[in-house]
Amino acid sequence: MILVVDMNWKRDSLAFGEFVSPIVSVVQPLEECVVKHFLEIDPSKLSCCTKIILSGTMLKDHATLKQVEKFNWVKTCGKPILGICAGMQTLSLVFREPLVNCLQVGMAEITTLKNNPLFQGDFKAYVLHNYSVSPSQTFEVLAESTKCVQAIKHKEKDIYGVLFHPEVRNQEILKCFVQSAL
Amino acid sequence: MRLGVLFSGGKDSTLALHLAAQKEQVVCLITVASKNKESYMFHTPNIDLTALQAQALGLPLVSVVTEGQKEEELSDLEKAIVEAKEKYQIDGVVTGAVESVYQASRVQRICNRLDVWCFNPLWKHDQKALLETLVARNFKVVISGIFAYPLDETWLGNQIDAAVIARLVQHQGQYGISPSGEGGEIETTVLDAPMFKRKIEILDSAIDAKGNCGVFIVKQARLVPK
Repeated sequence: MILVVDMNWKRDSLAFGEFVSPIVSVVQPLEECVVKHFLEIDPSKLSCCTKIILSGTMLKDHATLKQVEKFNWVKTCGKPILGICAGMQTLSLVFREPLVNCLQVGMAEITTLKNNPLFQGDFKAYVLHNYSVSPSQTFEVLAESTKCVQAIKHKEKDIYGVLFHPEVRNQEILKCFVQSAL
Repeated sequence: MRLGVLFSGGKDSTLALHLAAQKEQVVCLITVASKNKESYMFHTPNIDLTALQAQALGLPLVSVVTEGQKEEELSDLEKAIVEAKEKYQIDGVVTGAVESVYQASRVQRICNRLDVWCFNPLWKHDQKALLETLVARNFKVVISGIFAYPLDETWLGNQIDAAVIARLVQHQGQYGISPSGEGGEIETTVLDAPMFKRKIEILDSAIDAKGNCGVFIVKQARLVPK
């Protein structure tokens, strides 16, 4: 079972249909999934899920970035995790890696820098973000746009982050995360 | 949160309005009327009807007219959102964008500049399911524009119902048209919806069509009890 984490500022928000439903639409036909708001996650009950996807949020929604302590479970749960946009930003902060300002909205050219199980080569992707990350001790950079880092992987764990939105364009990346043996 | 809905009077912006009103407070409608028939952002056949639709909804309307030049119409949209912010203290706007990255990203950039939230509650939703939702919730939506083969003038003025949806989906399979008109294949006009306090009755209309392009223009209409 895949756990999709709703990262929006509140439960059952107007943004749910925009940032969570499109992920569920891609994942559900492949594997059973359950959605939980980030404030509802009980770390002791994560054993039933196989992988975890953290959704993106609206440009003005910084709720998870201000409540990073709610995500300490990502360090210990041992599950493959994919953070999308705000999900990736939150993962970085959880591991004490700072964010950098980088506004990008619309389609962007993405260049893959390192072989990985989720994507390869150059491709166009939909981006909607105010922040990115810098190359760091904890994460390796998998891809970049002309402006900033666009994808990362934890150096020791199966924890991935993409700043672009694969649920909007490049849905095969989401499918790949769900189906590949990570 | 106080929201203004970018409102064309068509099915998507009206459905987005309904979804927004279930979660937050919708305080005004915002309409940009483009004089440019080729506008990718704002052109819709019965944009002048939005004033009557706003009355039917009991919501104030912020309306601006644009010449429809590519970047100029975006600055006109920005002016309209600024006006809605000043007059109605909106915290965010709502759009009916479903698939168009072109439209959605332009509105996102404007909202980001103006420091307002930008909601797209229909984003990436299944197009057939959206049409079925309209029928299930008793929206009265007529086809007011056709712009793709094999659609012709016989479609104009037709109300969207299960039979029309089935034909649109069939054309999707055969000709690749988007059933909800995301590629600009069809335009629609909403005459009644659950939030309408009164419904719109068309008194006079005209069809202007040639081949696979045409519009159904509402020339005269009034509000009547539901």
